[in-house]
Amino acid sequence: MNKNQLKKLSEFTSADHPVRRMRRLRERAIETMLFLAAASSVLVTLGIVGILVSESLPFFAHVSLKDFLTDTEWTPLFENAHYGILPLLCGTFLSTAIALVVAIPLGTVAATFLSEYVRPSWREVLKPLLEMLAAVPTVVYGYFALLFVTPLLQKFIPSLGGFNVLSAGIVIGVMIIPYVSSLSEDAMRSVPGHLREASFAVGASRMQTSFRVVIPSAFSGITSAYILGISRALGETMVVAIAAGMQPNLTFNPTEPAATITAFIVQVSLGDLPHGSIGYQSIYVAGLSLLILTLCFNIVGLWLRKKFQEKE
Amino acid sequence: MMLQAVRAESERITEQDILANIKRRQFWDFVFSVLGLLSLLFALVTLLALIIDLAVTGVPRINAEFFTNFPSRFPEKAGILSAWVGSLLIMFTTAFCAIPLGVAAGVYLEEYAKKNWISQIIELNIINLAGIPSITYGLMALGLFVYKLKLGQSILTAGLTLGLLVLPIIIVTTREAIRSIPNTIREASYAMGASKWQTIRYHILPYSSGGILTGVIISLSRAIGETAPLITIGALTFIAFLPASPITGEFPFISFKWLMDPFTVMPIQMFNWLSRPQPEFHVNAAATGVVLLLMTLIMNGGAIYLRSRFRKKMKW
Repeated sequence: MNKNQLKKLSEFTSADHPVRRMRRLRERAIETMLFLAAASSVLVTLGIVGILVSESLPFFAHVSLKDFLTDTEWTPLFENAHYGILPLLCGTFLSTAIALVVAIPLGTVAATFLSEYVRPSWREVLKPLLEMLAAVPTVVYGYFALLFVTPLLQKFIPSLGGFNVLSAGIVIGVMIIPYVSSLSEDAMRSVPGHLREASFAVGASRMQTSFRVVIPSAFSGITSAYILGISRALGETMVVAIAAGMQPNLTFNPTEPAATITAFIVQVSLGDLPHGSIGYQSIYVAGLSLLILTLCFNIVGLWLRKKFQEKE
Repeated sequence: MMLQAVRAESERITEQDILANIKRRQFWDFVFSVLGLLSLLFALVTLLALIIDLAVTGVPRINAEFFTNFPSRFPEKAGILSAWVGSLLIMFTTAFCAIPLGVAAGVYLEEYAKKNWISQIIELNIINLAGIPSITYGLMALGLFVYKLKLGQSILTAGLTLGLLVLPIIIVTTREAIRSIPNTIREASYAMGASKWQTIRYHILPYSSGGILTGVIISLSRAIGETAPLITIGALTFIAFLPASPITGEFPFISFKWLMDPFTVMPIQMFNWLSRPQPEFHVNAAATGVVLLLMTLIMNGGAIYLRSRFRKKMKW
């Protein structure tokens, strides 16, 4: 290398060289752009909350909050309109409760089995198969609930109508099994092996180890799995819209038809909906109620997780 | 005192007691493993029943005309032409919106973000977004894209809506893929004088592309099956025409007019047929379901295969 080249090189490595300056500028610009992309996800949340609140505010100029929360009928599109959210809430809770009765025991047992009992090579096959359940489009689950599960249930409960919450709830339950089991299994498997070994060393069986060591240590992860399952069940739309009948019904009888908040939104959206009409506002109020409901569950989950993490 | 009591107790326990105790616990262990197997089987048998039920009803209905006919009042003449074209175009739009944004966000959060309150808010927000019901995305899109931005009930609106819906999936999988790259790769790249962006561009992104691709496929298969948000933004259920062609005879040969056209998609078409009372339409619904299910299962299967292949190939 001659002197000239050396000089060029030392100039190039100095921070003020134009090439270096350009490069710094470019790095900065790229970082800013990537940051904006990441921040845009916050804008999505703000957009959802903002639109839902702003579009549903005019609704409360027509309907008092007291009527909304205590009226037992929801008939916003009828001549004699009632705006009580209770029947929709009732349908939502009923279908979610049935789904959880199916999904939580099955999902938890399946997760424990996959994590603690099955050998890894089997798990590699079984877990993706189970996750296929989450890949099936919800409208296909609706078909299954209406034309397979309901006729099947009618053999056992002859009085069951064509539309009912029971079959919708069961199908939603099956649908959310992978949400419950997959995350729970991840949490259980991340429990350090030496805890299991300690438990085996004092003579505990596999089942005792699972229930007294692994599940309690993985509790925060299992909680978030349950919460995700609950959010999915609360927000599930097509299965209930297809199989549960879309009739707002204040009942806790699962063999009757009912409407959930989501099914109501679909029902109204299928018709012609003038911007700013009371029907239009009512789906935003319904949507906002749903959002608040899922948010509550998420906050409870966060709180539970914090509480258990502190204990460890 | 205590020690003596324990000793006295232990003397009373015979070998047989211990053996019986072990037997009992082995028995319950066995019971639980059977229970575990049963609960797995229940889920998988349900999946199988769903697939078989759908296939038995739907497959005989599928023929070439089913893909080339528009929906019709006559069930035997009805087809899903407008639905599958709509699904395809919307999937394309969704991918175009969500992939760059999601991958960029993932790269920022993994490679750039410092541990401060801003990045914490973003992370918390992404976790939250994944739990928000999909129908609220539809409501947001109806208020924002359809009425405020006046994009109408178009393919563009649908693509944007689904793009936002799958954004968290892409961000999370991108981050996981990037996180699995060991730091030595980054250090080697810096040691050769590469800048941060060069390291990302030439090392991080290529090595994580398998994982990112997996996430993209999974999110697109989710977008294909999504129904509720599209119904909410006012997708029509009966469309007997196709959107404007993206390729035109005149210069510049590519047209984006289709973005503003109304649409229907396969799940909505299926829902529409399903909500009619005639069983002939239910057969059409089943046939649409078979096509839909086949597409999502193939995409998910492909994603699982890709994931395991890349995991095997990448040995650091």
